[in-house]
Amino acid sequence: MSVQVITGNHAAGYALSTAGEANRNSRGTACGIYPITPQTEIVEYVAKFPFSKGRVVPVESEHSAMAVTIGASIAGARAFTASSSNGLAYMTENIMVAGYYRLPIVMVGVNRTLGPPWNIWADQGDTLMLRDFPWLQFYCEDSQEVLDTTLLAFRLAEDHRILLPALTCMDAFIVSHTQTETTMPDQADVDRYLPDLDLPHRMHYDEVRTIGGLAWPHEGLSMRLEIDEAMKRVPDVYQECRQRFSDVFGRDPGDVIQTFGTEDARQILVASGTMATTAREVVRKRRAHGEKIGLVKIKMFRPFPGDALRQACATAERVAVLDRNYAAGTGGIFWQDTRAAFQGHRDKLLIQNYLTGLCGEDVTPAVIGDILEDLSGRDSAGEPVWMGIDTTKETLQ
Amino acid sequence: MNATAPLAHDDKCLLRPGNTNCGGCGMSVGLTMLGRALDKAGDSCSLVIPACCGIVTAGAYPTTSYGVPTIASTFASSPAVASGYASIRDLNDEPGQVICWAGDGGTYDIGLATLSAAAERNENIIYICYDNEIYGNTGGQRSSATPAGARTTTTPSGKTEGKKDIMSIMAAHAIPYAATLSMAHPEDFADKLATALSMTGMRFLLIHSPCPTGWKSEPEDSIELVRIAVASGLFPVYEVFDGARYRISIRPDGTDPAEYFHRQRRFADDDIDLDETRRICAARMRRLEVLSQHFD
Repeated sequence: MSVQVITGNHAAGYALSTAGEANRNSRGTACGIYPITPQTEIVEYVAKFPFSKGRVVPVESEHSAMAVTIGASIAGARAFTASSSNGLAYMTENIMVAGYYRLPIVMVGVNRTLGPPWNIWADQGDTLMLRDFPWLQFYCEDSQEVLDTTLLAFRLAEDHRILLPALTCMDAFIVSHTQTETTMPDQADVDRYLPDLDLPHRMHYDEVRTIGGLAWPHEGLSMRLEIDEAMKRVPDVYQECRQRFSDVFGRDPGDVIQTFGTEDARQILVASGTMATTAREVVRKRRAHGEKIGLVKIKMFRPFPGDALRQACATAERVAVLDRNYAAGTGGIFWQDTRAAFQGHRDKLLIQNYLTGLCGEDVTPAVIGDILEDLSGRDSAGEPVWMGIDTTKETLQ
Repeated sequence: MNATAPLAHDDKCLLRPGNTNCGGCGMSVGLTMLGRALDKAGDSCSLVIPACCGIVTAGAYPTTSYGVPTIASTFASSPAVASGYASIRDLNDEPGQVICWAGDGGTYDIGLATLSAAAERNENIIYICYDNEIYGNTGGQRSSATPAGARTTTTPSGKTEGKKDIMSIMAAHAIPYAATLSMAHPEDFADKLATALSMTGMRFLLIHSPCPTGWKSEPEDSIELVRIAVASGLFPVYEVFDGARYRISIRPDGTDPAEYFHRQRRFADDDIDLDETRRICAARMRRLEVLSQHFD
């Protein structure tokens, strides 16, 4: 174990590579890789890694990157890749297939604005576009969390009670290119944490079986139900994977939601990724002045941790949901799921949406302050509020 | 036929009895011949099949018409899925070929970039295109393999563009082996499968595959039609080693191509310029003759 100052991309590359290497005594590892800013450094790291039993396939597109990864996974290998933004959009058909094939592939997504207009900065709209597929999704706020969550994702995805692919996400540049102090596990510890992959439905070269052909409606329905059942098992299995992580590596990779000051909070901010880092500091300062406010960071977005969120907001009267994404025609995606989580439980809870940090705008302490000011002055929730832009004046001609 | 009579087929044959393929389907013949070639070579295979009639052939879960491990891929992805799958086979020193079995839509059109990339990487796979010159599974739309003049549901007045020369494209990748196969010449067909099975690296095989449903032809004419295509030079039968050494397998015998068009209702008589067709066939064969002159 060593402590290094590394970027989020470096952390992701290290986690993916050591996880792949940990399967060297079984069927090995393989991945398809393709560059796109700002995740390119991840696949560059993977391409340089001296795998004992692995193959890195530099392909011609993201669509094929996931296809190669799928082929390797069906053959029983530990398989992974990384992408971002329009690359994820191009890859989408095969991302969906990986989920419906129940392949425990792990992908790192660096959250970058979908274009046009051309924009390389942070926005969660790319990975959230994949929200309805059978993938687990985690949003991280620094290099350490990226590294830990990616390793945990393999163990969780490969658990026979789950068998679903997982996506670890980080904000473009703010995490992907920012160096922070990170504890790097030794390969031997990664080996201990990630046992040889045993994919129960992997294809054997001598069996008579067709996968992915026609299934009649009722069989298709059963497969969808099995996905739903696996998703419902995730919260419990996550805690097992988290405990085992602590046992092996000696640190807590963090819960599916992370709270700060929520125990007595009247007003709660719900945020994800690096927005949570900034919001936590604002909350810390204001609580020091006696304000009863708190923060809920949503780390696991799929499956959505509704129970944990409701519990964390037990004392809240008003909730502000910060979304670094916008689902056209509705509002923020975290907001939609937060509202759904409280429906039928606390229908009168004021839940207000703030669209902030989209297209790479900065979410500063001042922006968080504006959100809290708006929230505290409200008698009821309204339409999503666009932060940092005067919607009465600034429109494109 | 007595439904209770024992089947004469081996359950583990590549294309098993009970599949619902059309009568006169060239793809069925191709799969059967592939199975025989594998048996003869003492080899086995896994199939990777993109969207095409070939995956419909498998039938409904949990049954399958394929006697080998078969993976359905997305339409454009069979060479990429096969690359990942074959990589793990090779890392584990396991036997068996990894074979992509794809139609012309998946090969000439939507999957061309993926196929080109797999060829450029010289992946250790066999890619077989059964080319019926149409999107058959969706009811008969034009592809870039559809020949000029053919009426499809998306070229109701006949296709104005000619057929893409996929063999030249694949040969330009300098892959170990690229060959065209005609089921009217089963010995050559079998020899080429045997050649492909004996090699490693990227191998590309193009089968001219009759489709009575799409070609609006009689099922019993299927083999005769592809025979005329070879004899008249419409479908040159040749092989290319390393993108450099060309060998013509079967030379046209001067048969006129007119009969080929007359016996398929996808071609209306006044849509085909026979003189132009004869000129194109002759020019193509002259080019292949020149290319093959230096074959050792």
